[in-house]
Amino acid sequence: MKGLYDNEMKLEFISKTNNEAFARITVAAFVSQLDPTIDELSDIKTAVSEAVTNSIIHGYEDEEGIIRVSAKLFGNSVEIEISDNGKGIGNIEEARKPLYTSKPNLERSGMGFTIMESFMDDVKIESALGLGTKITMRKQIGGEKQEEEMDVREA
Amino acid sequence: MIVEFKKEDKVLIFKLTEDVDQHTSEKIRRKMDNEIKRYIPRKVIFDFSNISFMDSAGIGMVLGRYKLAQMLDGELEIINVNRAMKKIFDMSGVSRIINIVEEEKNEGVI
Ligand SMILES: Nc1ncnc2c1ncn2[C@@H]1O[C@H](COP(=O)(O)OP(=O)(O)O)[C@@H](O)[C@H]1O
Ligand SMILES: [Mg+2]
Repeated sequence: MKGLYDNEMKLEFISKTNNEAFARITVAAFVSQLDPTIDELSDIKTAVSEAVTNSIIHGYEDEEGIIRVSAKLFGNSVEIEISDNGKGIGNIEEARKPLYTSKPNLERSGMGFTIMESFMDDVKIESALGLGTKITMRKQIGGEKQEEEMDVREA
Repeated sequence: MIVEFKKEDKVLIFKLTEDVDQHTSEKIRRKMDNEIKRYIPRKVIFDFSNISFMDSAGIGMVLGRYKLAQMLDGELEIINVNRAMKKIFDMSGVSRIINIVEEEKNEGVI
């Protein structure tokens, strides 16, 4: 059996779109400890990019605020939390629907939450109007590898 | 981004050179729109071979240029996307209206 990991990191940065790449690359570098596949790492980068972008363009809009990102490793799972103290989401059900966007003028597609949900194992959205939004996402690393091994055994 | 216009067949090729997110897509979009309006191409090709990352900002980037190209009687094609990009284009319905060609895979066949 693989040894148990237990590690944690935190980042704080201001809400500028040029921090999107910084955030996703840093989280990916941290998660690399779990020896993920290229596909798993790419899924995580995309999900982080979506959540961070949302905090910048929807949470804070044109104001400047602080975005917090943390990542925790438990065994072979990673839990990533991305939070802002921006304007919050009024209707979470509506927000997570595919193609729903409050900013079509920015050529937003409304696919951010759908992508996070499909690329991660679990996504939790907590939000309060005027207070901010916190996204908590989890993914098990090595899930795909295990499936492949099972396929081989079955064949 | 590398821009190439093939005069004979009026094909405009955009070879992306930076990962696509909200930050980079704004200036990429502006540049692409200028080039499309300048050349009025018969066909626009987005070549993703030089980049490895795109988030949902890429959906709006592609759809917006698709609409502009169509308005000017042109078509649009996307080439050399990786697996993650393909997933995003499939999920959002982009693949249903735009022709997407995946990158050639050199994975070992053992
Ligand atoms: N951090 C946030 N703060 C405030 N509103 C948010 C936040 N994240 C998402 N939203 C709302 O949820 C909607 C859907 O988000 P998403 O699926 O990422 O699509 P998009 O970003 O393309 O609009 C956004 O248009 C916005 O109204
Ligand atoms: Mg979004």
